[in-house]
Amino acid sequence: MRIPALAVCLSLAACAGAQSVLDPGGDQAQALFSLFGLMIGVCGIVYAIVLAGLGRVLLRAWKRPVAMADDIPDDRRLDRSLPVAAAAIVLGLTVLIVGSFLADRILFTGRQTPAVFVRVTGHQWWWRIQYRDPASGRWIETANELHLPRGETSRVSLGAADVIHSFWVPAIAGKLDMIPGRRNVIDLTPRRTGWFRGQCTEFCGAQHAHMAFDVKVDSPAGFRAWLAAQATPAPTPGGAAGRGAQVFAGSCATCHAIRGTEARGRAGPDLTHLASRRSIAAGTATMTRGNLQGWIAQPQAMKPGTSMPAVTLMPADADAVATYLAGLR
Amino acid sequence: MTPAAERRDRLALTWRDPAGWRGFLTTVDHKRIAARYIVTALLLLFLAGMLALDMRWQLSTAENTRMGPQLYNESFSLHGSTMLFLVSVPVMEAMALWLVPLMLGQRNMAFPRLGAFSYWLYLGGVLTLWIAHALDITPDLGWFEYPPLSGPAYSPGHRADIWAQMITFTEVAALCASVNVAATILKMRPPGMTLARMPVFLWAMLVASFMTIASMPAIMLVTTMLIADRLVSTHFFAPDAHGDVLLFQHLFWFFGHPEVYIIFIPATGFVSSIVETFSRRRLFGHHVLVLAILAIGFLAFGLWVHHMFAVGLPRLGNDFYTAASMAIALPAGLQMFCWIATMATGRPWFATPMLWMLGFVSTFVIGGLSGVMTASAALDLQLTDTYFVVAHFHYVLVGGAMFPLFGAFCYWYPKATGRLMSERWGRIAFALIVGGFNLGFFPMHLLGLLGMPRRVYTYPAAMGWEGLNQIATAGSVVAVAGGLVFVANALWSYRHGKPASADPWGASTLEWAGEAPSPPWNFAYTPVVDSLTPLWSTNPALPVMEGIAIDRREVLVTSVTDAVPLYRQKSASPSIWPLAAAVAVAAMFIGSIFTPWAVAIGLLPIGATLTGWFWPHRERATTGPLRTRS
Repeated sequence: MRIPALAVCLSLAACAGAQSVLDPGGDQAQALFSLFGLMIGVCGIVYAIVLAGLGRVLLRAWKRPVAMADDIPDDRRLDRSLPVAAAAIVLGLTVLIVGSFLADRILFTGRQTPAVFVRVTGHQWWWRIQYRDPASGRWIETANELHLPRGETSRVSLGAADVIHSFWVPAIAGKLDMIPGRRNVIDLTPRRTGWFRGQCTEFCGAQHAHMAFDVKVDSPAGFRAWLAAQATPAPTPGGAAGRGAQVFAGSCATCHAIRGTEARGRAGPDLTHLASRRSIAAGTATMTRGNLQGWIAQPQAMKPGTSMPAVTLMPADADAVATYLAGLR
Repeated sequence: MTPAAERRDRLALTWRDPAGWRGFLTTVDHKRIAARYIVTALLLLFLAGMLALDMRWQLSTAENTRMGPQLYNESFSLHGSTMLFLVSVPVMEAMALWLVPLMLGQRNMAFPRLGAFSYWLYLGGVLTLWIAHALDITPDLGWFEYPPLSGPAYSPGHRADIWAQMITFTEVAALCASVNVAATILKMRPPGMTLARMPVFLWAMLVASFMTIASMPAIMLVTTMLIADRLVSTHFFAPDAHGDVLLFQHLFWFFGHPEVYIIFIPATGFVSSIVETFSRRRLFGHHVLVLAILAIGFLAFGLWVHHMFAVGLPRLGNDFYTAASMAIALPAGLQMFCWIATMATGRPWFATPMLWMLGFVSTFVIGGLSGVMTASAALDLQLTDTYFVVAHFHYVLVGGAMFPLFGAFCYWYPKATGRLMSERWGRIAFALIVGGFNLGFFPMHLLGLLGMPRRVYTYPAAMGWEGLNQIATAGSVVAVAGGLVFVANALWSYRHGKPASADPWGASTLEWAGEAPSPPWNFAYTPVVDSLTPLWSTNPALPVMEGIAIDRREVLVTSVTDAVPLYRQKSASPSIWPLAAAVAVAAMFIGSIFTPWAVAIGLLPIGATLTGWFWPHRERATTGPLRTRS
């Protein structure tokens, strides 16, 4: 449903679509966008009627002098139009309620058989992401970057490790809360390849603003190749990176895991293929070697309040760790 | 001396307050108490508005580091908590406290000391929150503090406790005010003012009071459970100990949604009064308006779940709450129809209060319609917790409640002060506030649709949100400038405004029958009412009733439905006990932030002060006939 009022919104939206409701790239977001169009249409008509009423009031004030109405006004016409107004309101609401129910059915009962199972767990302030390996049934862990196959339905099971968070990729689907002690399930059926962005929408503490993640919609073949790469352990480092791996094992491994090494910490994100990701610290900065080094040296400067402590490292050691991590593709 | 002047002197002697500070602390005059309430609330409106401006400044550039996350989170928490709990709800109660006895032709509220107690406790809540802010223990988790984030594990320190106890203060105060208003409206209407002849304003205040009485216990319960979790390690909301975090949300919104209507329904009372007066005709659809208020009051308790559409509750249940939430549009739409019909068939006079009605209709309807959108359980998944919702509730609360309040302020100002506010500066303030507000908040709808979540202290430049945020900031600056003009106008007019007659707008209801400003006894005689619009009655002289004493504080009690005079009731005289009791209660509330023992020990001074308050006196009301005189 494309209505003139929406054209304005769309022209504004065109520049930034990665996290926009108005530029749907998935079945769920498309259903909600159509519902929004219906709402804008019905509500726009109602608002026009109200403004017309106010215009009539102003016209009357313009034409008639201010005086006490000495005659008792004849309200018979108004009395007759009141039920008409009530019926019109009920009709409009019925249209909207039915539209809402139909959109809800598309989101929740028109589910296709999911092709991909994902578990996403909210942490203060990052996202643990686990894919079920279709072959082995094992869970493949990554963080802060969600990959989805185009044209297939991915079923995402949502949980939270500490406080309530909310999972929202507006260009693909509506949001759903991540609640400690509960699991919610949302289906995502993207229809367009490309990068999208998701963000936490339930206030979750100091760094709620920096709890985002990237979403890559890929062709089914591209997605499966990515997943297979993620399932592999980290490459064995050499040279300066080898020194970095040693420092990492001593200073970082209590919190972070890198598969294929002794690092098995669970408090922070899995870093096995860190350098393959687009951003660091849950969408706080783009993935560059410089940002990585800055983040390791002074996490509190980049993301004040983050649970990542500033680990005191010799400059050479910090450099080596950054080199090591930048090689984890 | 004429008999009228003699009577006046006698009344003045009976109803006067002690001089100086003693009078200030002991008064039970509903007008003085209400004025304090209103001035306190307006001062907080200014302070919380400054916080908003600070936040707008922060958001006007992407990746701004001027405010860190802690400061920003404190700012929106303090802004929201102040606006909701310490401004919107109390200011509406204050308007009721002021106007209800005047509109009933009565000399005071049903429970004068309870009115004073209510204000002192409210002030306790204000001081708790803002002194805590001065001491850097500002709550920092928003105006609803969901556990587990607000639980002991994730919020050590006392920030969350301050928030929870501030609520306890204001809710006890609100309960006291509401009981008082409901009792006054039901039992102290003047002879002849049957329920069928009760102005819409009084219906609105009555319904809002009953809603307060029904909904506030839920929030007091939930904040008390939160404090218990934090203070004595109960596990109501601890998911790993079989507690449930959603229980908090259900209880909070069971209060939180009716609260929106507790703010909005009194505003519909202001609108009805102002529209009637300035359209120079009786309200069209009086019965429809009253039924609409009752319907909204009823429905408001059946749709709290629409604040929780994204938590993953069963879909069928959510769809029920979608229908229930949208159903509100029927009574609200019919109200709108009646007001516009009244204006369009009357002889509208656009003095400043009526201008605010234009601002109200054109702004509030946008908020109502975006409310219909968020009422859809499906669509809300894209809208909730984004700037769309920020835009929506500001349109509803500012457009739907603050604009009518500003109109009401201008409308009743001459009654309170005996002077008119400047029309010219009133129009300028109106244009700046309404224009600035719309400029500031309309772009937020788009920001939400473009994916901007609420409660973020900064955002990446690549998101493309900067331009709209700058427009929003510019709009809020204009609106704040308008607010300053409004306040300056009110202050200037207090001394230099044009003197007003007793009924400067030619209004229809009883509050305009007495002198302006109202004397402490309000009315020399109890008016008798024969229609919905007694001052527009064909009978030029308002009939009055004789027989209420003038040499002691006495009020008339009438029957609930037909307002038949029943008996005279002694009305309380000034007393220090309400203040003493409020101090004792405050000590217990604040102490219980730090130790559970405060609850037990704190009961002793409360008991002592309440004993002093309710110590029996032997005075009785007078006896003798009550006569109506035309």
